[in-house]
Amino acid sequence: MKIRAQIGMVLNLDKCIGCHTCSVTCKNVWTSRDGVEYAWFNNVETKPGVGYPKEWENQDKYNGGWVLKNNKLKPRQGGKLKIMANIFANPDLPQIDDYYEPFTYDYEHLQNAPDMKTPPTARPVSVLTGKKMDKIKWGPNWEDDLGGEFSKRSKDALFEGIQKEMMSTFENTFMMYLPRLCEHCLNPACVASCPSGSIYKREDDGIVLIDQDKCRGWRMCVSGCPYKKIYYNWVSGKSEKCIFCYPRIEGGQPTVCSETCVGRIRYLGVLLYDADKIEDAASAEDPKDLYQSQLDLFLDPNDPEVIAEALKQGIPQSWLDAAKKSPVYKMAVDWKVAFPLHPEYRTLPMVWYIPPLSPIQSAVEQGVIGDKGIIPGIKELRIPVRYLANLLTAGKEEPIVEALETMIAMRRYMRSKSVDAQPDLSTIENLHVSEEQINEMYQIMAIANYEDRFVIPSSHKEMVEDAFQDKASCGFSFGNGCSDGASKESLFGKKQSPIVFTDMINDRNRNKEKESNS
Amino acid sequence: MDYLDKFIFGIYPYIVLTIFIVGCLVRFEREQYSWKSDSSQLLYRGQLRVGSILFHLGILGLFFGHLGGLLTPVIVWDTLGVSHSLKQLVAMTAGGIMGSMCFVGLVILIHRRFTVDRLTQNSTWRDKLLLSWLLVTLCLGLSTIFVSAQHLDGHEMVNLMTWAQHVVTVRGDAASYIMNASIIFKIHLFMGMTLFAIFPFTRLVHIFSGFGMVTYITRKWQLVRPRS
Repeated sequence: MKIRAQIGMVLNLDKCIGCHTCSVTCKNVWTSRDGVEYAWFNNVETKPGVGYPKEWENQDKYNGGWVLKNNKLKPRQGGKLKIMANIFANPDLPQIDDYYEPFTYDYEHLQNAPDMKTPPTARPVSVLTGKKMDKIKWGPNWEDDLGGEFSKRSKDALFEGIQKEMMSTFENTFMMYLPRLCEHCLNPACVASCPSGSIYKREDDGIVLIDQDKCRGWRMCVSGCPYKKIYYNWVSGKSEKCIFCYPRIEGGQPTVCSETCVGRIRYLGVLLYDADKIEDAASAEDPKDLYQSQLDLFLDPNDPEVIAEALKQGIPQSWLDAAKKSPVYKMAVDWKVAFPLHPEYRTLPMVWYIPPLSPIQSAVEQGVIGDKGIIPGIKELRIPVRYLANLLTAGKEEPIVEALETMIAMRRYMRSKSVDAQPDLSTIENLHVSEEQINEMYQIMAIANYEDRFVIPSSHKEMVEDAFQDKASCGFSFGNGCSDGASKESLFGKKQSPIVFTDMINDRNRNKEKESNS
Repeated sequence: MDYLDKFIFGIYPYIVLTIFIVGCLVRFEREQYSWKSDSSQLLYRGQLRVGSILFHLGILGLFFGHLGGLLTPVIVWDTLGVSHSLKQLVAMTAGGIMGSMCFVGLVILIHRRFTVDRLTQNSTWRDKLLLSWLLVTLCLGLSTIFVSAQHLDGHEMVNLMTWAQHVVTVRGDAASYIMNASIIFKIHLFMGMTLFAIFPFTRLVHIFSGFGMVTYITRKWQLVRPRS
């Protein structure tokens, strides 16, 4: 048994209001640089929809993730030789237009326009060419709150096995928000796809990173990742991805997206797992068993044997203490309300999701649901269970139903407790969780205090290196060496900065001319 | 002329090799962040697959053809019983095929880079210089086929081989084997050698990484880095 620890994340979709604060704060901190204008390490999608990049879930199109062939796992885009043969031109690579053409606006024109009969407008300017765009055709969140036509949105791969035509009518429409970031998988397809070996998983906290010095820009990771969460920086020529805010995590602080989440939907905590069983777990024959096989990887942090073995293998005591209090472990393993995103990709993702309940509640109020807490048939649910199952359990509906039941029961129980001042124990009969656990669920999921959401042990740098050596060295930096992201021209070249402003300069000259003529 | 020949074919190769080796080492050691293939596929996929594959297969074929053809000692061919004229014929045919593939690919890549707005705006002068340099060198190389066709006895080819082998074995008289070669050969050689000089300063360094990829075959799928 090889015990490893990882900081996992759970997102409670039941509480996500789709405000995009996570995306914006992430963007401001990590991707407000040349070449990654189009990249959102964290983005929020409205489902149903094709998402960002378009149709990322359609693996027939992008060939991301893993496949099981003759009981052997291999990347869906091909084995090692095929990957190497494709470096000259990757047939599965998305185009930047599948994300969107990055743009800014010609704001300067508002101030510098000559005397005109109509008010000046700030026209969009392509960051790729520096030229004015006729029309912005797509953006990172084009389908926000069901924007666009159903016929386009319905290409959503999650409609698999659902009669989606029904969902087009106003009465039957539904939506939910899906914030997405890198899954920091246990069996990452990006790592496996990288011929340079520049992507790796950190042993101590499980964060998957790209060594920017070692990356050669072969772009196989971009197509290998089924979540399309690796982005090719078209200025630096290197791939970039969510770094799980590792400088913050190391210091015991939550990631920026989690810290700034106004809905308090994000949870961070330690998970212990058996690294020797990863391959077996990812090789479960029936995709519907993958959720359970990943659950079986996780080790009980309260088991004295596990604790003793983990200490022996060098996992710090503070991490084991944190593992016991981990909200992620409780939600995923104890209460079974959180699920992995698309387990059928066989990547064993470590960012889990609690399925949204709110749309069902309206059905509860209409009396569709019996007193015993039986979930109504699929027809009564606004979001089809199958839709959620396609997202979180490879189409297996039972675990989703059970999780939603547990969450409804918690509400019934709390309602009886606070309204009737008399906890009605019949509300939580037949559940797999105890009354005590229901109370804890309420505390962590509904109240969601900061210290309950984020149980992050700081890293133990002192165990492996002498921090004195780091004195006066550069900290986290973008670009080359200690640079701030704008690497200067050197003997070995540098791409010119995007020429966004060439058109604007032309405009300015033209305006000057006009003014001097008049 | 005699002095220029001596310099270009006797001394210049060592200058070029020094720039090549030192430049690559310095770049790898000090500026590895800039070491990349610099793919433009994300911005524009059109024509890339056919162009890039033809170009790369062609140029890899040319590289290994030149390597084996120039540096295999003449005695090896003689022992194998390969006559000089046969070897020249093979070299001309193989070089012609590979060169044509490379040429078609390169023209497609150049067309792509110089006509697509997204690419022209984001190409550096280094990219443009490199593509043009390759094109000129390649065209010269292809036109040597017609020069060679005029004397099929393999004599000039052996001279070229001897020159290359004397250069890499650091014998002082290398330039003397080139003196009488056709001017086309001479310019081709000069352009080809100079390619090594610009190598460390352009995206060409990704060739090393391409060959380095062989370690991927035996690597485990997953990489886990311990601290420290």
